[in-house]
Amino acid sequence: MSFVEVERISQSYGGRPILDRVSTSAEEGEFVSIVGASGCGKSTFLRLLLAQELPTRGRISIAGAPPAREPGPDRGVVFQRYSVFPHMSVRQNLVAASALGANFWGGLFGAKCKAAQKVADDALDRIGLAHVAHAYPSALSGGMQQRLAIAQALMARPKILLLDEPFGALDPGTRITMHAFLMELRAETGMTVFMVTHDLAEGFKLGDRVLVFDKPRWDPADPNAVGATITYDFDARDGGIPFQRLQETTHVPIEL
Amino acid sequence: MLVLLAYGIGSEARRAVNPADKVLPAPAQIVETAQRLITQPDKRSGDILFWTDTAASLERLGYGVAIAAGIALVFGLVIGILPIARTMLSPFVNVLSMIPPLAILPILFIMLGLGEVSKVALIAIGITPFLIRDLAQRVAELPPEQIVKAQTLGATSLAIGLRVALPQALPRLLGSLRLSLGPAWLFLIAAEAVAADAGLGYRIFLVRRYLAMDVILTYVIWITLLAFLLDLALRLVSRFAFPWAEEGL
Repeated sequence: MSFVEVERISQSYGGRPILDRVSTSAEEGEFVSIVGASGCGKSTFLRLLLAQELPTRGRISIAGAPPAREPGPDRGVVFQRYSVFPHMSVRQNLVAASALGANFWGGLFGAKCKAAQKVADDALDRIGLAHVAHAYPSALSGGMQQRLAIAQALMARPKILLLDEPFGALDPGTRITMHAFLMELRAETGMTVFMVTHDLAEGFKLGDRVLVFDKPRWDPADPNAVGATITYDFDARDGGIPFQRLQETTHVPIEL
Repeated sequence: MLVLLAYGIGSEARRAVNPADKVLPAPAQIVETAQRLITQPDKRSGDILFWTDTAASLERLGYGVAIAAGIALVFGLVIGILPIARTMLSPFVNVLSMIPPLAILPILFIMLGLGEVSKVALIAIGITPFLIRDLAQRVAELPPEQIVKAQTLGATSLAIGLRVALPQALPRLLGSLRLSLGPAWLFLIAAEAVAADAGLGYRIFLVRRYLAMDVILTYVIWITLLAFLLDLALRLVSRFAFPWAEEGL
């Protein structure tokens, strides 16, 4: 059984099908990009993975656990916006990542608090935000906010990381730096990632696989009659061209 | 400035016709009266009435507003976060806020007596529904992304309430407190006018019988100044305590 198992899930809002019998699976450590036109259910799919919504039919299981009923610490998430807490400084945001789930009132004291601060400071150094540790998120650039949001999500050591157009609001230059940042983190942690994106190039660049969501049939009389599903599942390693690695030994020295 | 000038001219014109006119006393006379009120003790009690009035009124106002803020904070958070509480309590609060508080003043006097409690209760009852609705609205408007993010970090509903919603509701509470200080003063003075033995509103309605416009105007200016200072204080507290809430409330 795969690490993430999606079995024939369907989702409809008020009788209007959005997703129709979506099945897929992902191995641990895989980076899955999700692309598709607007309104084809890719964000819905992510919300279902997140357990923010429950599917009308079908089940999603992560690491063999029974389907979750609401978002929990085994899933990490970064949205396009509003992913950090505006009333906490950068450092407090990272401390809160450890503290919120620690007990039922979400606060830490004494030695545990010290330990969480230590972890937060280490993380700040690693993501290059140590110089703005005491600033509030509103004072940060969009790229910095997203870096903070990703670090915050990873602090809770989730089993899968879900990214909902995380770089959609960034300018192209910042986006490329963020790609490098994300790839670095991923190489370090070996995290399983699902990322919804509008940017095809981004999806192929970062992903091991690219899932395309679309409606399999189009009913001209009733465009809303059919829900979307996964129509393509590309292998996106090696820049999206499968089998470009040499499959046999040619006994000719080649330069890679 | 123009208002002061207009008052000066009006006062001058009236006193030119009747030097003993009491409706618009001369600015100089108001200053004189103010000095007398602020510095000279009452012959009978030995207290300076101006300050005992101020203390009595501010105490009532303080208790009333504090109680209202406390109740509003709890109910606002609960209504804003928990959908069950919203469906159950929200219509109730909405209906409650339709009751004109002054209309139930007699009920308060009958039930709670003529003492301090009824006045404090009137202020609290008068502004609490507004505060609850405003806070609940603000909490409900928190981006769902933030709540989900907190959940993925393992937070319980209580933790979300205390660590995510509460800190973001506080600056809004201060903001709406600033807005409801006006009504709070209104209810205070109304309650004092009806039954009290000290207080700024009581004094104004007492000296009205003697057409003592100079005293009334002194008190009105003083109340305005107090209201302005309270507003300023709340604004400074808000700016100092919540530097991250950059939009001016």
